[in-house]
Amino acid sequence: MTVVNSVLQGLTLGGLYALFACGLSLMFGVMRIINLAHGDLAVLGAFLVWWTTQQFGVNPFVALLVVVPLMFAVGYALQRTILQRCLAGGPYVPLLATFGLAIVLQNALLQTFSPDVRSLAPGIGGFATASWRLGSLSVPVLGVLVLAAAVAVLAGLQLFLRRTTLGLQMRATAQDADTAQLVGVDSRRVYALATAVAVATTALAGAFFGLRSTFDPSSGPAQLIFGFEAVVIGGFGSLWGTLAGGMVLGVAQALGALIDPQYALVAGHLVFLAVLASPRGGLLAMRTATA
Amino acid sequence: MTTPVGAGLDTTRTGTALTVSRLTAGHGLLTAVHPVDLHVAPGEVLALVGANGAGKTTLLRTIAGIHPARDGSVRLGDTDVTPLSAHRRARLGLALVPEGRRLFPELTVAENLAVAASSGRRGRWDVATVVAAFPQLRDLLSRPANRLSGGQQQAVAIGRALMTNPSVLMLDEVSLGLSPAAVDLVYASLTTLRTSGVTVVLVEQDLARALEFADRVVCMLEGRLVLEGTSGDLTRDQVTAAYFGLAGTRSIPAAGPPQEQP
Repeated sequence: MTVVNSVLQGLTLGGLYALFACGLSLMFGVMRIINLAHGDLAVLGAFLVWWTTQQFGVNPFVALLVVVPLMFAVGYALQRTILQRCLAGGPYVPLLATFGLAIVLQNALLQTFSPDVRSLAPGIGGFATASWRLGSLSVPVLGVLVLAAAVAVLAGLQLFLRRTTLGLQMRATAQDADTAQLVGVDSRRVYALATAVAVATTALAGAFFGLRSTFDPSSGPAQLIFGFEAVVIGGFGSLWGTLAGGMVLGVAQALGALIDPQYALVAGHLVFLAVLASPRGGLLAMRTATA
Repeated sequence: MTTPVGAGLDTTRTGTALTVSRLTAGHGLLTAVHPVDLHVAPGEVLALVGANGAGKTTLLRTIAGIHPARDGSVRLGDTDVTPLSAHRRARLGLALVPEGRRLFPELTVAENLAVAASSGRRGRWDVATVVAAFPQLRDLLSRPANRLSGGQQQAVAIGRALMTNPSVLMLDEVSLGLSPAAVDLVYASLTTLRTSGVTVVLVEQDLARALEFADRVVCMLEGRLVLEGTSGDLTRDQVTAAYFGLAGTRSIPAAGPPQEQP
């Protein structure tokens, strides 16, 4: 039963990793930008939620109603001001720029919020630790909510890319930006909106991360690694692959922790390495969703 | 030395659909397009011929706005589009079917067309009229573009450009890499296109096709326009001489040259 419980924990943790990963996957799929500041943007989202709950006494879910649109705007501005200029300089310039942005964000958060460790869990009271008991199984309520949110976000993104005009323009721009311009698509606007959506999802991921565990200004890079691993395990460019990748990573960590808590991260990294080394590279290495 | 602009055109045509003035473009240290002047009348079909590396593709890409111009201007009808980005030029009615067709490979045929329709310019071209002009696409609308034959891809590429309802349609190497039968099919569709009144600028390697299809031919050599004339006035030998940069190609004789035909 312990194993089943661990797998269950791992699956819900995987939902969180998938949430981290989908924005990463979207930005890479549409613009071929690997956003090294992704984890730090998520931590920024978590701090913004924390600040809103402190200032206005609202619960974190209510705070998200403000923070998600705000982060959407941050993403839009980030693309228009920094990343768009970098794209002209080849594939490595955006990588360096986001690396720089990560350092700036970490230090700005440190300066503004101090190195203290925070959590959003107190804002939702007993809900953070509540669980349903099914016989000897313990199903964490928050974990299920995170997983449901991840599925909803991924399904929403999939629908958006498949069914809307802007989604169609995004897929076209991802495949051939020059040609998309030739048929009247404003690639800068498409890029800015893709980044906006990606950064908005980081706010959600950051908030759920802050509800599940503690965070501080230096928490970002670790979350970036988990998100990145989920994307690679799932196969770049496939949104459902990202969900599967997140879950595989989460379950690997949970099972590793079962052996010994310090094996949790190692187990996740080993699965990631195994997938990287495998000839297929990625569980669902089909580029159907974003690219 | 050069013919007056629009010489030999039907006099009922007035104004210009596309005016290129002193346009210069290059790649790094290389100047691919030396100052080029080009005027295309509304409804005219202009063929741009020249050897590989003559600068034809760079010229078209610069006119379309996806390659930066170093100098000069581009006017579409009465509008100066020089400062505008490629997508704005497309929305104003300037379309380019790029070399190599450049379909969105993982989108279906219908989606490839829909992307172009989403640019917002409305007119006579929609999915129904494009399918009527390219009947071979009728049963392929839900097929991904990367699973089409070359000829089918070219039809989608032209159809996609038409979906933006262009006033000027530029076509870069439409027959490249296609079977003779597929080329015939593409040109049959282009012939019906002419009746729609769209202005066409065509880059074509096949001189016979170019002379047969176009109202006027200009030949490009090392980034410069070296020969210009109506299709009726030029012989294939004249164009061939200009094409390879042989002597006497910078003037346009009133009549055919005295050389022997092979």
